[in-house]
Amino acid sequence: MEISAPLPGNVLEILVKVGDEVKENDELLIIEAMKMENPIFASADGTVKEIKVKEKDTVDAEQVLIVLE
Amino acid sequence: MFGLLESGFGLFYWGNALMIVIGLVFIYLAISKDMEPLLLIPIGFGMMLVNLPLGGIMDYEMVLRAPQAGTVMEMQMEEGASFSKGGVICKLDSGEIVTPVFGRVDTLKISKGQHINKGDVVGKLITMEQTDQSVLPTRPIGLLSRIFKYGVMWQMLPPLMFLCLGALTDFGPMLANPKTLLLGAAAQFGVYLAFFMALLAGFTFPEAASIGIIGGAEGPTTIYVTSLLAPHIIGATAVACYSYMALVPIILPPVVYLLTTKKERQIYMKPSLRKVSKLEKIIFPLVTTIIVILIVPSSAPLIGCFMVGNLFRESGVTERLNKTSQTTLVDIITIFLTLAIGASMPAQNFLRSSTLLILVLGVVAFASAAGAGVLLAKFMNLFLKEKINPMIGAAGVSAVPMSARVVQVLGQKENRQNFLLMHAMGPNVAGAIGAAIAGGVFLGILH
Repeated sequence: MEISAPLPGNVLEILVKVGDEVKENDELLIIEAMKMENPIFASADGTVKEIKVKEKDTVDAEQVLIVLE
Repeated sequence: MFGLLESGFGLFYWGNALMIVIGLVFIYLAISKDMEPLLLIPIGFGMMLVNLPLGGIMDYEMVLRAPQAGTVMEMQMEEGASFSKGGVICKLDSGEIVTPVFGRVDTLKISKGQHINKGDVVGKLITMEQTDQSVLPTRPIGLLSRIFKYGVMWQMLPPLMFLCLGALTDFGPMLANPKTLLLGAAAQFGVYLAFFMALLAGFTFPEAASIGIIGGAEGPTTIYVTSLLAPHIIGATAVACYSYMALVPIILPPVVYLLTTKKERQIYMKPSLRKVSKLEKIIFPLVTTIIVILIVPSSAPLIGCFMVGNLFRESGVTERLNKTSQTTLVDIITIFLTLAIGASMPAQNFLRSSTLLILVLGVVAFASAAGAGVLLAKFMNLFLKEKINPMIGAAGVSAVPMSARVVQVLGQKENRQNFLLMHAMGPNVAGAIGAAIAGGVFLGILH
């Protein structure tokens, strides 16, 4: 399952690493937009398979950030 | 005088002390609570400065002329005396000469027994009051009164501030979803509601308009409109506007909860906004300028500056102007504007019952502006296939981007997967345009 950016902004902090087990509504990363920190939550339980962005990256809305399995 | 230095203690009264405390509270909130520090520190410091008597920083000189002919029977004041508005300077056989403002006597040109004609110079007064220049002309003689006169009263700083805001504003979210323009327009209802309530409360038309415009939640617009219509209440309207912008996280949520059901607050909005092309972003400021100024000509200084600043941002070829407007220029204007606004609040001017009433009406304006946006969003949902979350209507109360952020927080409280920030930015920036137009409408009718 793919977690995509719900809004455009900059990746401020990535809170998980590949292989981590996450539960639904766990915080995965923080995107800064309009000088506001927006935590992005897991939409389901799973394991982090791939992280497609780095900290400080600029992301567009709907860009895939993290792949969960 | 005679080599003696006159200290300020003689003229210091409890009102000054109270205003200094309020100024210090502003500075405290800015430093330790991080509440709008860029505004509250200079405003708070300006308030403090102007309430230290004889500092002269906000002084205006006024030549007082005799309102009628007569013989001076008795002098009631001497040079250096301080007075409040309506104080008797001297008694004539035909009546009294009273002070039209608060302040102190600089020089007196008349003496007991003298016959004076109507229009003769009675003396020179020093005041800190903002007067109607067509009736009581004054000349600024202090550092901040000069900045206030030539910056605020001559309508220089607020429009220039708008230019910087234009450079700072991304109209993308609004253009991606033009429906949100309506929500920003609806929020102007708060302006007109507060206007009518102020009229009912006994304020004059120009005062009521200046109070109503607080609901536009736009600092420079409020200052601009008040400086033209009712300069004597500019401190109160500016403080109301700026402090309620800081208090948006407290004012907005109860309004939203009152007017929406849990189900409505949970409405999910898809992340993807339509991609807005560069051409659209360039055309928008040009077309808006032409249309808005043709319809509401008196909004020209604000809308014109707002849009040229935005064109600096979007044209792609004026990066230097854009960068200066977004950083250095906005800081310079903020320093002058906020210090001068702080200094427009000497105790004699600010500590009146009308100030309290203005602050109350300001909250009403803010809350009803947010409420009107929410209600229109709910109404639009009756017709829309893809429902909008009515909470984004509350962001129509300008206060960019604070109110959009509040909507984002409220949205995530209901559903962690829902990101309303960008959706709320649409009504939010539309609200800023709406406020400038509402101000233009008042000026067109009343000025």
